[in-house]
Amino acid sequence: MAIQEQRLIFKHIDEPGYTNDIDCYIKHGGYEQLKKAVTMKPEDICAEVLESGVRGRGGAGFPAGMKWKFLDRKSGKPIYLVCNCDESEPGTFKDREIVHQDPHQLIEGMMCSAFAIQAKLAFIYIRGEFFQGYKILERAIEEAREKNLLGDNILGSGYSCDIIVHRGAGAYICGEETGLIESIEGNRANPRIKPPYFPAALGLYQCPTIVNNVETLCDVKHIIELGGKGFAQIGTPGNTGTRIWCVSGHVEKPGYYEFPCSAVTLGQLIYDVCGGLKPGRKLKAVIPGGSSAKILRADERFTGKLKDGTEFDWGIEDIPMDFDSLMAVGSMSGSGGVIVMDDSTDMVEALANINYFYAHESCGQCTPCREGVPWMRKVTQRMVDGEAREEDADLLKNIADQIAGRTICAFGEAASWPVQSFIAKFKDEFVQKAREQAARRKEGKAAATKTTLI
Amino acid sequence: MEIKNIVENITINIDGQDVDVPKGTNIIEAVKMVGKGKEVPHYCYHPKLSIAGNCRMCMVEMGMPMRDRATGEAILDDDGTQKIGWMPKPTIGCATNAAPGMHIRTNSEMVKESRNGVTEFLLINHPLDCPICDQAGECRLQEFSAEHGRGYSRFTEEKNVKPKRTKLGPRVTLDDERCILCSRCVRFSKEIANDDVLGFVDRGTYSTLTCYPGKELEHNYSLNTVDICPVGALTSTDFRFKMRVWFLKRTHSICTESSVGANTEIWSREGKIYRVTPRRNDAVNDTWMTDSGRGLFKSIDADDRLTHYTIDGVHKTPTQAAVAAAELLKAGDAALIGSAHSSVEEQFYYKAIADRSSAKVALVSHYDSADGILQSEDRTPNLRGALVTGLIDSLPEAELSAIAREINSGAVKTLFVVNEDVTKLGIPADALSQVKVIYVGTHANETSQGAAVVLPSLSVFEKDGTFINQSFRLQRFKAAVPGPSGVTSDFSVLEQVAASLNDEKPAAITIDVAWEYIAKSISQFEDSLRWRGIPDEGLALDAKAFLDIPFVETKNLKFDPVAFKEAHATPAGA
Ligand SMILES: Cc1cc2nc3c(=O)[nH]c(=O)nc-3n(C[C@H](O)[C@H](O)[C@H](O)COP(=O)(O)O)c2cc1C
Ligand code: SF4
Ligand code: SF4
Ligand code: FES
Repeated sequence: MAIQEQRLIFKHIDEPGYTNDIDCYIKHGGYEQLKKAVTMKPEDICAEVLESGVRGRGGAGFPAGMKWKFLDRKSGKPIYLVCNCDESEPGTFKDREIVHQDPHQLIEGMMCSAFAIQAKLAFIYIRGEFFQGYKILERAIEEAREKNLLGDNILGSGYSCDIIVHRGAGAYICGEETGLIESIEGNRANPRIKPPYFPAALGLYQCPTIVNNVETLCDVKHIIELGGKGFAQIGTPGNTGTRIWCVSGHVEKPGYYEFPCSAVTLGQLIYDVCGGLKPGRKLKAVIPGGSSAKILRADERFTGKLKDGTEFDWGIEDIPMDFDSLMAVGSMSGSGGVIVMDDSTDMVEALANINYFYAHESCGQCTPCREGVPWMRKVTQRMVDGEAREEDADLLKNIADQIAGRTICAFGEAASWPVQSFIAKFKDEFVQKAREQAARRKEGKAAATKTTLI
Repeated sequence: MEIKNIVENITINIDGQDVDVPKGTNIIEAVKMVGKGKEVPHYCYHPKLSIAGNCRMCMVEMGMPMRDRATGEAILDDDGTQKIGWMPKPTIGCATNAAPGMHIRTNSEMVKESRNGVTEFLLINHPLDCPICDQAGECRLQEFSAEHGRGYSRFTEEKNVKPKRTKLGPRVTLDDERCILCSRCVRFSKEIANDDVLGFVDRGTYSTLTCYPGKELEHNYSLNTVDICPVGALTSTDFRFKMRVWFLKRTHSICTESSVGANTEIWSREGKIYRVTPRRNDAVNDTWMTDSGRGLFKSIDADDRLTHYTIDGVHKTPTQAAVAAAELLKAGDAALIGSAHSSVEEQFYYKAIADRSSAKVALVSHYDSADGILQSEDRTPNLRGALVTGLIDSLPEAELSAIAREINSGAVKTLFVVNEDVTKLGIPADALSQVKVIYVGTHANETSQGAAVVLPSLSVFEKDGTFINQSFRLQRFKAAVPGPSGVTSDFSVLEQVAASLNDEKPAAITIDVAWEYIAKSISQFEDSLRWRGIPDEGLALDAKAFLDIPFVETKNLKFDPVAFKEAHATPAGA
């Protein structure tokens, strides 16, 4: 029996008859929260957001209210709000739906947030490939401006703020917040060093800046509606609100599904919500939070202690889908991209595919990532091309170890974690690959088998 | 008189040793202060450029004294010392500023392993062509690879292919395969040369250094990018393949291009100069110099170089020529056209010669537009020297038509000319033919051609001496190569002229003997000051006596005339 979704952010996504124009949005109660917000004290909204415990939906899961608190308000410089709509993490497809089907929810969330932090100007940095989304947002902003929901003296409150939609430069690294800021400034999206360039102090144009994910900013609208406390009641302590899980891979019904945090386990998500695996297939592994999250092996036992001290002993299907549980099992909920792999998956090929992506996307600024990630790609490519060596597994792990934690931005980790975890959990397959190829070569056959790689 | 900012000193601990450093010093500089050659290896960091933090070579371990979050009280170790909370990951030294109590490890396992990793990564796509690379011998990658590399390669894949031998501009050649993408050259062009022509195209491992489309790296500071490039990616088109650097002798010198007086190093072998590079002086030129200044040495081998002492065109000994010059001066009615290209020592002698022969003295100005960086309006190195030695007491005129009039009126019958071609400066050839000319200079010109006496002179590369720059800093230069054979040092010939004027026997002169006289007679110098005792970084002189002179220099890299005047007008110690 399928578990019922509980949609908050995706409430109207795919709802028959629901359109993305402002009239439809207002008919469904839209912009009431903005009307409420502008009558509140900005600092009170910030307090509500802090109390809600809402954590960032862009990848790192950092509490949004805390991030807002770090804003340097003493500098006297204007404050900027930036919505990160670069959605490029492989396996993630939620922000695009919000923009396409419910853009006003994002705009309302953004204007509430902008008012709360007293931003002078807000930006939506939208992935370059989302041209349709860009046009939808431009139109929606125009509609909202006509109704005085953004622009000068919003709803007579005396507060003015506009939204500028900035199309992305067509690279994954543009989603990293400081790279994104560089990109808005018109430069290559080279991430900045932190310290000193923490966006909350020295962000866009060297002014204090808040960067939040599309979903996070939508959450703010609901925090105004429910109050911080009310929002915090969704999910569990420390894992509040809902999450949109973007399930892809070898399941019968891939797609996006929204649940309160912890409301489903990974097993329920795969088997009940997504209709299970293809007939006759067995679960092999899951990457739970976008391709950079560490992979989980289906036959692993996960034991340890949660943050609050409770002990756990889980099989992969028992893992509750929330921030802390996925962290506790050594991975992360990341951007919510759940990639399911059944027993037809060749792990070397899967990793080669991931490595290809990261090697292609490194900005190239810092040595370990620029040189190390393409090296890993070359190794895995060679392995699938028929020249695998038994020692490649150790080499790959060693290269990844030389990258993670030594780079300018978290891309270094994003690119190393897959390698580290694939080798940690599937080393036997990497070694086996070399042995099989050697055997085939001995028999006079081509060492490489046909691959499904791009 | 130096203006010192009061900077707070703090104590940090580096590898177990407490070190006092100015607050805010980054860890690379702080570790240098430990001394004993201790260094954090680095590529992209440069003390005079913004921090990029991209090479990741300078990683260190960093820890801070631990405090209880709630009470703020220090958390103590078993032995009663404050516990250090070490960061789990290494951090880059270049972007980490010293804070009170900070602990740094520069050689822990984690640090070594990160460095070795970076070294390995930098080498996998590197062409490893050191045997044919000009940078060999002064290549940071080569040095650090020897120290931190594994000695063999685990990389069996194909290396990247990138453009070779790209002409970035008239003077700089780029090998992209050697480039480690440290962005020093990019930052230099943007931040110092104010010409943002360099940048990277393409992404990731394909990132490639190039010029902005349709532009060239042609600014007058382009060769500094060659100096700061830590590898052999940027090379000087002129110096390429000429000489291995370890064969070259290095001599400290001063650039004569303008009154900035950039500190330089002359690289020579067996009497031949191969290149000139800047020498760091934070009060004068930081670590930079102009391209044009680097090329000046080429004139020493010019065909029109003066190599013989002559009287009426006939070769003579230096002494004969000096005596002949003195005889002409003794006849009276002489004028001396001095030069702000002469050294302080020479100007001291010209002053003596002018005094003893009652010659009137004139100098000609050589002004041109300034670039606001290291090329000032005054294109001579030693105008301040002419003032300090008393050779002149006001700024020079633009030309010499006043002297020309005196020649025409018969008031001037002998003209002692130093370095200038007066025919281009308002004394036409027919006027010049009415006087006896004594010419001192390095190169022939129309003035020297008709001269009664010619005293060939040594260039700055061939002699010892001093200049005083725009900020009244006395700076020393040393002979790097010998001059043309038979040409002796200017001041010893001038000593002979001066002695003959007084009918004395000339003294055997070395530069420090000359300085005994100079120091005694010029109030700006301590009596005990000798040439040898002038520090490498120069000596700031008391400029109070000259503050009312309307010098032409405007603000440039290290000199602000307004601030200079203010600082020197207030009495020392105030
Ligand atoms: C390589 C890299 C790519 C990223 N891409 C995205 C992205 O596409 N969208 C996004 O919202 N956050 C992305 N992030 C995370 C952002 O840097 C930032 O943490 C996030 O936008 C903050 O918003 P949040 O706190 O609301 O999650 C990326 C991070 C890294 C390191
Ligand atoms: S880690 Fe990679 S993506 Fe991030 S700054 Fe360094 S090279 Fe660029
Ligand atoms: S050319 Fe040299 S200075 Fe410029 S980025 Fe490359 S390695 Fe650095
Ligand atoms: S010197 Fe610090 S990262 Fe390059």
